[in-house]
Amino acid sequence: MTARWLGERVPRLEDTKLLTGRALFTDDVDLPGMLHAAFLRSDDAHGVLRSVDVEAARRRPGVVAVWTAADLGEYWKPGPALVPPPPIAGLVFNSATQVPLAREKVRHVGEPLALVVAVSRYVAEDALDDIVVDVEPLPAVTDLEAALAPGAPLVHEALGGNVAARARQSKGDYAAARGRAHKVIARRFRYDRGAAAAIENRGVVAAWDAKTEELTVWDTTQAPIPIRNGLAAMLGLGESQVRVVAPFIGGGFGPKIMMFYPEEVLIPWAAMRLGRPVKWIEDRQENFYATTQERLQIHDAELAVAKDGTILGVKDRFLFDTGAYDPYGLTIPINSQCTLLGPYAVPNYDSEFTAVFTNRPIVTPVRGAGRQHGVFVMERLLDLAAKELGMDRVAIRRRNFLPPDAFPHDHEILFQDFAPLTYDSGDYGPAMDRAVDAIGYERFLREEQPALRRAGRHVGLGIVSYIEGTGIGPYEGARVTIEPSGSVRVATGVGTQGQGHFTTFAQLVSDVLGMDPSKVQVITGDTREFGWGTGTFASRGAVVAGNAVHEAAIRVRKKVLKLASEVLGVDAGELFLECGSVHVKGAPERSLRLGDLARKANPLRGGVAPGTEPGLEATAYFGPERGNAANGVHAMIVEVDRETCEVRIRRYVVVHDCGTVINPTVVEGQVQGGVAMGIGNAFYEQLVWDENGQLMNASFMDYLLPTALDVPAVEMRHTVTPSPLNPLGAKGVGEAGAIPAAAAFAQAVEDALEGEIEVLEIPLSPNRLFDLLGSRSRP
Amino acid sequence: MSVQAGHVVSLTVNGSPATRTVESRLLLSDFLRHELGLTGTHVGCEHGVCGACTVLLDGEAVRSCLLFAVQADGHAVETVEGLAAGGELHPIQAAFHETHALQCGFCTPGFLMTLVPYLREHPAPTEQEIREALSGNLCRCTGYKNIVDAVALAARRGAAAGRHGAEAAPARRGGSGASRRGAA
Repeated sequence: MTARWLGERVPRLEDTKLLTGRALFTDDVDLPGMLHAAFLRSDDAHGVLRSVDVEAARRRPGVVAVWTAADLGEYWKPGPALVPPPPIAGLVFNSATQVPLAREKVRHVGEPLALVVAVSRYVAEDALDDIVVDVEPLPAVTDLEAALAPGAPLVHEALGGNVAARARQSKGDYAAARGRAHKVIARRFRYDRGAAAAIENRGVVAAWDAKTEELTVWDTTQAPIPIRNGLAAMLGLGESQVRVVAPFIGGGFGPKIMMFYPEEVLIPWAAMRLGRPVKWIEDRQENFYATTQERLQIHDAELAVAKDGTILGVKDRFLFDTGAYDPYGLTIPINSQCTLLGPYAVPNYDSEFTAVFTNRPIVTPVRGAGRQHGVFVMERLLDLAAKELGMDRVAIRRRNFLPPDAFPHDHEILFQDFAPLTYDSGDYGPAMDRAVDAIGYERFLREEQPALRRAGRHVGLGIVSYIEGTGIGPYEGARVTIEPSGSVRVATGVGTQGQGHFTTFAQLVSDVLGMDPSKVQVITGDTREFGWGTGTFASRGAVVAGNAVHEAAIRVRKKVLKLASEVLGVDAGELFLECGSVHVKGAPERSLRLGDLARKANPLRGGVAPGTEPGLEATAYFGPERGNAANGVHAMIVEVDRETCEVRIRRYVVVHDCGTVINPTVVEGQVQGGVAMGIGNAFYEQLVWDENGQLMNASFMDYLLPTALDVPAVEMRHTVTPSPLNPLGAKGVGEAGAIPAAAAFAQAVEDALEGEIEVLEIPLSPNRLFDLLGSRSRP
Repeated sequence: MSVQAGHVVSLTVNGSPATRTVESRLLLSDFLRHELGLTGTHVGCEHGVCGACTVLLDGEAVRSCLLFAVQADGHAVETVEGLAAGGELHPIQAAFHETHALQCGFCTPGFLMTLVPYLREHPAPTEQEIREALSGNLCRCTGYKNIVDAVALAARRGAAAGRHGAEAAPARRGGSGASRRGAA
């Protein structure tokens, strides 16, 4: 096997469909007799639901059915706890999961109250206006600290408090370390809530075929297989009776893997009840209320350092807003807790978080999934420590990097995959060297910045390191088949939302089977094609599914060689695969096309040897023992307009290590896109709630996404430390770009303003920056 | 009222005539997608910000979510499906492919339809001009850099001189007998 395609910049094989408008997205599904659904959603963040009167809606011409919670009967059930809590000693976990339609109480604006199905979406929305809702408002829980005070209104009365979870993880003896410290840096940090804002909103289309007794569901999900399994259980069907298709998905970023959204529970049920296909497509305003969100955390953290900048220990107490329900368990705060440790040796650590129920939409992972909070807190503490110690920012980081011989490094706490947080591999010094070199760190500080300051300009640099735990289990699988046409089909269970799976998986197969990637057709996210797996999350597609695809191809290759050696009468060691054929070494005229071999492997008559499997096909699974640790350094130069508080990004450098790179173009695209999201997160994107739990900026007019004018071209460098935890040596990359951007941004803005303010919160919009500067200048 | 008076709409879409009777409130985006089955035009926000639904109306880029189908009566509409006529990618489509300017691809048709008339009018834009031209379209995946590169590549190759892009086709006037409430 020669690595001809691994590492190549193969142009994407999926592009043509997408460029010409032929790719199937969920809203493109059009079925005969299809009906259209709309949801009535709560206008109140918190209240007692007295009644939902749908009689007038039912009478409206064109309306086929209207359901409230009371009409669902036995089918009404709170959703499953998607991620159970890890086995942390002393852990408190109060599970409260979302419901298909609210009954008795509403707990956030946008919570669904009724489902209308009609002949068109227009008529269904007309009927929403006919519904009369009686809610007795309750005070909304919106402030994390007030939520924990005695006498606070309760999101879930039965729990007796608003604590969703509390978990403490520690190692060493922080108190003793603090006692020995030269300096202790303590601050409060706040990181606010934003929207994932995939350009495609969510959607579900379901069709029940009463003759074949099969349910087909098209769903904008990142996890079609768990959706199939869950639907089968809920609807009393066998898993083989349910087919879930995640077709082309217009961006995922995390919220499309929330199992189950109320719409995913109800649309298939409605289609079965009505015997007609039903489509529901979320609109943008709904997306702001009904799709999960992330990021509000408040950290009270402190760093104990020695005189030379050595980290002695870190203590962190933080609050995490989980929204009105907590189906996704503790993935996010545990990511924050673990990722804070970064690439550093931290001998003493004491971290405890409290997850808090609020009357806001449900929180589940969004690209980064809590990792950015850990990075933000640690990097900010290091910056502040460097300042207090009179040390260089880069020097304090270098002093604390884990050395290259430290791996595997056990941090002695548990990661989100319930495995010990053990870094598999890494080499952090060279990554920092490359970033320092690329951004021109020394020259900037010595020459450029002083000159710019003399000219009255406020230009600053930020440079930060991070670790991203990626590629976690449990497992994914793939089936590779050589067809009689000679083309190869690869089916895998992970869905795809733009990551380039159709190309990178094809590259992995191409090298093994000796063919051009364009001859490899990849099918993802259709449970009929492949029914085992978990989904696309945690930067794990290339690592977990990629290794399964690779292994399945290796098994097919073995079958090819075995059969070809029988047919050609030569030893398998004398054969090689190239250009879609098997050839005999030194006798190129003796060859067999793979398609012909596939036909021979599937005889119509005659006997076969006992134990023979037909076809040139193999299925393989891969599950790593634990996640691996990707790493990198982000560096940026910004200019702040002191009058308008506008911040322009002048340069942005990323040095990234995701182990073995399958397709550099795809990897760089993921990083550039992640940085864009990180910039939005750091600078513009903030969901603003009032004290009644009302969202004040639920549109793209008011919630600002970065545009082409805001995101610079990222200058990229790679370092490669292959992961020993999988045969390809791959690490994840999907979330990486988004994770450290805010920490770099904060440091750069602070530097530009010559320490006039401390940046302890994200996002830092021009308005907020203006406030901070203004409040400082007031007497 | 759920049943509204129908209006006959006659227009050309990608050069082919189409006539339908529609409600006055039907958005052009929904008309193209669900009446004509041209699902390449995508809907991202339905309030005119994201640009995913951009199509050409008489050669000009418009947001089809901000127009009613009846406003397109008597006009020529072009959608992404019309770009690669004859099976060969339009130079802008080819440039997007070569520079990896799309990831999930959902916003892509809107970018393409914004760029067709833009490059016709600005055959040699600077990077800053390209970024300004793109600033009315939101992409959440790519971080824009490769889209900027794609536009520059297409411009260098003279995409504007290509066979596509409506050729600034004049609006087809009359002939349908339908009322015309011009949107242009």
